[in-house]
Amino acid sequence: MIVLQLFLDFALLSFVAFGGATALLPEMHRVVVDNHHWLNDTTFTHLYAIAQAAPGPNVLVVTLIGWEVAGLAGALAATAAMCLPMSIVIYLLIDRWEAFAGKRWQRAISLGVSPLAVGLIFSGATLIAQAADFGWATWLLAIATVIANLRLKLHPLWFIAAGAALGLAGLV
Amino acid sequence: MEQAGSKGRPDLRALFLGFSSVGLSGFGGVLPFARRMLVDERRWMTAEEFNAQLGLCQFLPGPNVINLAVVVGKRYQGLFGAIVAPLGLMAGPLAIVLLLALFYDAYGSLPQAQGMLRGIAAVGCGLLFAMAWRMGMAIKDKPWFLPCTVLVVVAIAGLRWPMPWVMLAGLILSGGVAYWRLGRK
Repeated sequence: MIVLQLFLDFALLSFVAFGGATALLPEMHRVVVDNHHWLNDTTFTHLYAIAQAAPGPNVLVVTLIGWEVAGLAGALAATAAMCLPMSIVIYLLIDRWEAFAGKRWQRAISLGVSPLAVGLIFSGATLIAQAADFGWATWLLAIATVIANLRLKLHPLWFIAAGAALGLAGLV
Repeated sequence: MEQAGSKGRPDLRALFLGFSSVGLSGFGGVLPFARRMLVDERRWMTAEEFNAQLGLCQFLPGPNVINLAVVVGKRYQGLFGAIVAPLGLMAGPLAIVLLLALFYDAYGSLPQAQGMLRGIAAVGCGLLFAMAWRMGMAIKDKPWFLPCTVLVVVAIAGLRWPMPWVMLAGLILSGGVAYWRLGRK
């Protein structure tokens, strides 16, 4: 049953989602597109784009993937799978957090996770570029976005709007 | 520093509505909005309390802001609060995104829609590279940690290995390096 499979696959992923749902992009692509062939590359990048343009937590890309795979039940199952396991863990652990906060092993894991998250997010970006089959104009827009985003303090929505306008004009 | 002193205990309704406003106000990450709502606007917690609670939420995997909603909900209304707060956070954005999905199913095959989504994906890709760059630059002790980043990119983007195993190995390696570096200071 596809909804159950989706739930189990995404629940497993929630345990390694260091860096949030954004860091999971490459793995979700591997599971949903490469392994199960539930979606194709184009749909996957479209869903990522829709999630970018919508308000709310980054985790909503998971909702969209679930929707395209198995409708409303898929959307709810995928979202719950991503949110529920760690919510339960954190509910049980928060009262004991003081006891291990600041311990050497705890700080080591916190420090150790961020280089991995950087690698995952970088991989996610290359994956989107591959899956969307970027041409030179698309790369140019992506690179311009990187530079502008690092140099200027602009709200991300301006970038999204610019991307949508350029795309609508058929320029990328 | 923000003013201390909380304005009483929020009830379930307040938790739901408070987190709804957070969920609907942010694009590309809503954590800063959660902080503003909790600390500055409604003063349910002080800045120090917020940072302390956020610690575990960022330490554990998963969507940080949902973890935070669970923590804040539990703190004020126990189990029901821990259910209602994340529901409030997700309900509005979930409805919007499902509406967009319906539009996509109906009109996604039009060339105009395809073009727009392609443009947004290009920009989104750029935003991801920029985020990776910014996070990478913030890492201290780069000569020791950036090789771990490179290994992750090779394993995930290059070799397409399954992420759970890569993360397990990566955590042992990168966490081990961090453990050792912490001992030296």
